[in-house]
Amino acid sequence: MDGVNATDRRRVFDLSTARVRDLNQFLHHELPGSGVEQVEVQHPGGRHAIAVGINHPVNVEVKGHGGYYLAGMNKLASVTVHGNVGWGVAENMMSGTVRVKGFASESAGATGHGGTLIIEGDASLRCGISMKGIDIVVGGDIGNYSAFMAQAGHLLVCGDAGHALGDSLYEAVIYVRGRIKSLGADAQEEEMTDADRAKVAELLARAGFGYQPSEFKRVASAKKLYHWNADANQEY
Amino acid sequence: MCGIVGLLVKKPELREQLGALMVPMLVEMAARGPESAGMAVFTAALPEGQRKYSLHAPVWDYDWGGFEGEFIKRFGPEAQLGVQGNHAILTCDEPADAVKPWVRGHFPMLHILAAGRVMDIYKDTGHPASVAERYRFGSFSGTHLVGHTRMATESAVTPDRAHPFTAGEDFCLVHNGTISNPYMIRRKLEHRGIVFETDNDTEAACRYLEWRMREGDNLETALGKGFEELDGFYTFLIGTQNKLALVRDAFACKPAVVAETDDYVAIASEFRSLAHLPGVDQAKLFEPMPEEIYSWTV
Repeated sequence: MDGVNATDRRRVFDLSTARVRDLNQFLHHELPGSGVEQVEVQHPGGRHAIAVGINHPVNVEVKGHGGYYLAGMNKLASVTVHGNVGWGVAENMMSGTVRVKGFASESAGATGHGGTLIIEGDASLRCGISMKGIDIVVGGDIGNYSAFMAQAGHLLVCGDAGHALGDSLYEAVIYVRGRIKSLGADAQEEEMTDADRAKVAELLARAGFGYQPSEFKRVASAKKLYHWNADANQEY
Repeated sequence: MCGIVGLLVKKPELREQLGALMVPMLVEMAARGPESAGMAVFTAALPEGQRKYSLHAPVWDYDWGGFEGEFIKRFGPEAQLGVQGNHAILTCDEPADAVKPWVRGHFPMLHILAAGRVMDIYKDTGHPASVAERYRFGSFSGTHLVGHTRMATESAVTPDRAHPFTAGEDFCLVHNGTISNPYMIRRKLEHRGIVFETDNDTEAACRYLEWRMREGDNLETALGKGFEELDGFYTFLIGTQNKLALVRDAFACKPAVVAETDDYVAIASEFRSLAHLPGVDQAKLFEPMPEEIYSWTV
């Protein structure tokens, strides 16, 4: 970026005066080719849909609490929230990194295809529901019904997991350090292999959390729901 | 969708600001419920023998003077009437079992929104910002408030189906969600002589919980029984003469967030409703867990 000075590489949006639409239109249309590498969002005030649909490498810093769908559909960007977020943070993310310094409400990382979602605090119910390749690392606890029908990717939980963890799980793998209230249908605890320990170490390093891979257990699909079983008589 | 808001101030010097702090909370939740809105405010209590009744008339320029005249003729001159358009707060020495049948018999167009010694209720159709302005919500003072913005699913958009719902005395409830078994609850309560005023699902939840408390349960025990009996999706915020209580159903499909500081407890469907509150950056913020009872006492 020759000829672009430090001030031009940084843009600030103050959402106490600017609209979320102004921010998102900048990120979608003006950012590519502008030389801007850093975007700061001030006074987010719990607004919905902050920094959604980015399709360009950029660092976005959100200085406060976000509302629903923050960094939804993210591609390539790195988004950090210095606060909490509402429902559906990084929903359907494709790539890049989203880090939440506080807690995340329900359905964090829902249907995510790729990238890394790091939640330093707790994540509420339905974390990683129908995830399709995203890696989600949660520093605290996760709520009930998390990783429901999770298809691919990893969910690593440093705290406890709620009820019905991994119900109707496909190929996604869950690692839990704390207590699991209950497993969902067709989810089972399995032996940790060397490959699992390496994956956990890599996820912890990505998030910057100082736990040991040996502290985690593995939950994956028993694959009994993969094929129709006429003898099951609708009982699973 | 609907929006719920609640505020309880912990310091007496903040009571004058209660309404002013609340109005932006309610208006921000208009996006979740733009059709009608309502507010219950818990004020300084009347003396033991007195009662106040929140009344709603079908027209803005209702002949309240005529009503007051008839009331005084029947019950004596101690009554006072504070009028705000189609709402009026009637203060008198008469108990509810004397006032309610008389009003229903002689002024069937009037709707009694609330009865008690502490709680006033205002609710009406329209955008929450205009409802707030219509009844001067910003000027309210008291210890706590319970408010609601409604996007109707289960019954028509009318003033009497707006929230808060009330039952008994100084008890109100607002609801985000849908009760699946309101008619079952209703049949059970009507069998015991409890009268319903609308076909709204929230009214069933409100009357159920208040009935449990009249049967001797405290608020927390009643809510625990509600988890067993009330089927459906709900975040409930309940106001009593000295408490706010908040619960979410087992699936927690409807949101809520709480901000607590040394000065206040503020509750809303979403954080954006709380973002303007003084000191919210330092507040303890959390989301209520499913089937947990959260309550705060004045």
